[in-house]
Amino acid sequence: MSEQAYFSSALLDPTLSVPAGLSTWNGSDPASRFSVYRNNVVVSLIDALADTFPVTQQLVGEEFFRAMACVFIQTNPAKTRVLTWMGASFADFVETFPPATSLTYLSDVVRLEMLRVRAYHAADAHPVELQIFGQALADLDALAGLKLRLHPSVHLLQSQHAVWSLWTAHQGILSIERVDPELAQTALVFRHDLVVEMLNLSMVQGHFVRLLLAGEGLALAADAAVENDPLFELGSFLAQLIRLQLITSISSKGN
Amino acid sequence: MSIVQPGAAPLTSLPLRAGISLKSGHFQDVLDSQPDVGFFEAHAENFMVDGGPFHHYLSRIRESYPLSIHGVALSIGSETPLDIDHLNALKRLLDRYQPESFSEHLAWSSHGDIYLNDLLPVPYTQAVLERVCEHIDQVQSHLKRRMLLENPATYVEFAASTMCEATFMTEVVQRTGCGLLLDVNNVYVSSVNHHRNPNAIIRALPLAQVGEIHLAGFAEQIDGAGDRLLIDSHGSRVDQAVWDLYAFTLGLTGPVATLLERDNDVPLLPVLVAEAAIAEGLLAKAAS
Repeated sequence: MSEQAYFSSALLDPTLSVPAGLSTWNGSDPASRFSVYRNNVVVSLIDALADTFPVTQQLVGEEFFRAMACVFIQTNPAKTRVLTWMGASFADFVETFPPATSLTYLSDVVRLEMLRVRAYHAADAHPVELQIFGQALADLDALAGLKLRLHPSVHLLQSQHAVWSLWTAHQGILSIERVDPELAQTALVFRHDLVVEMLNLSMVQGHFVRLLLAGEGLALAADAAVENDPLFELGSFLAQLIRLQLITSISSKGN
Repeated sequence: MSIVQPGAAPLTSLPLRAGISLKSGHFQDVLDSQPDVGFFEAHAENFMVDGGPFHHYLSRIRESYPLSIHGVALSIGSETPLDIDHLNALKRLLDRYQPESFSEHLAWSSHGDIYLNDLLPVPYTQAVLERVCEHIDQVQSHLKRRMLLENPATYVEFAASTMCEATFMTEVVQRTGCGLLLDVNNVYVSSVNHHRNPNAIIRALPLAQVGEIHLAGFAEQIDGAGDRLLIDSHGSRVDQAVWDLYAFTLGLTGPVATLLERDNDVPLLPVLVAEAAIAEGLLAKAAS
């Protein structure tokens, strides 16, 4: 094993002995000095996760969160040099982390917080101008063939748990006592101007958005939504997406 | 007297003033208050994202201020090859913002595809010297610009080292043509940790090639023998001993663009600006 291979393993695994070949001016055991590096690595990575997942941390408490994050870092070493993304696989870890499995909703709260980070840093894009919408929607013959592209910051989380309410309750907007975590919710995450926002969508609205995000045409997505729930109101939901400036292109099929 | 010859090509086009770290918590405050600092320094990796507020604010701040982009994840001291995707991301960032200076560290922070997020030490040997120079050559040719290399703060030394840090840095600078980012706090921290004379270390460094100076605060622990062990924490004010070493350094180099670094326990913007003003006072003295 090369020097740096062992050095890096020993940084992440406190049961490994201190690398050979380290020296100190006063002949002291290099262990306490090597532990500065161990501490820097682990603490800085835990801090990065704590920055990304504040609500998750509030749900489980700081001590539990940091212990869980430490196991994650040691067993799933970071593969990105951009700390913003180092929590990308944290939700999958939390889902199967034995001490957390009783909190069935926790991994989806982690997913939601990661989507908020993705939305925050997503590419910029201009919304379609209202005038262009007017023209596109006026041509009823072409309506069926339209394709909408959503803003790059738009993400969807269709959860079996009340992720939107759980997150919102931690912003002081909603009382946590009133949240039933076992209620299925669909959260739409997006950036409006410079701020990440969320909507609590109905299941059918979530179904519709998922099809748009998958690149399906407007007609197919709308038909599928109505089939799913006859009360789906395409017009008012589209108007809401337009008002939130989440539609960034409108084109007829083949264009 | 300055040992830097007048008329020598500058290593960076940063102004000979004090700048501060650009922290995301200060973005709006910087735009609103337009503080009188010489430049801002941004960590490259924080801006390796597609869009959103980070680019919104950096582009606006860049319109009003000189900019230094400082990388922390290139891992120039790594035994494993440089990450080409990361180099490409750096290139895109530098092309977009055209900073007055780009700098990185004499350290490694990754092994293979595992990122460790710390600036880890290398032994000072011929083999490591050659590897570091190859990596710097690769960086400078890929980015099509000279870079500044920062001296590290270290907590251990290697029995295998065959030269001192200043000799190693001098060789790197001579062989690759890169400049030196002289972190005066790192010199002080390492000199305490390894029981050396900080002034002698400063004198032995290639001072004519210094393009920027870093100043920061340190934390303090004790080692296994109960001796002082300083930690380069970037979480507090600059210590008086480091201010003194900075004044000593400026006496040798003349005025150099100087960054007040703060990455942890970041205070309000005016606190950083006030600390930069102290450095500006010493810079003015060095110019007179």
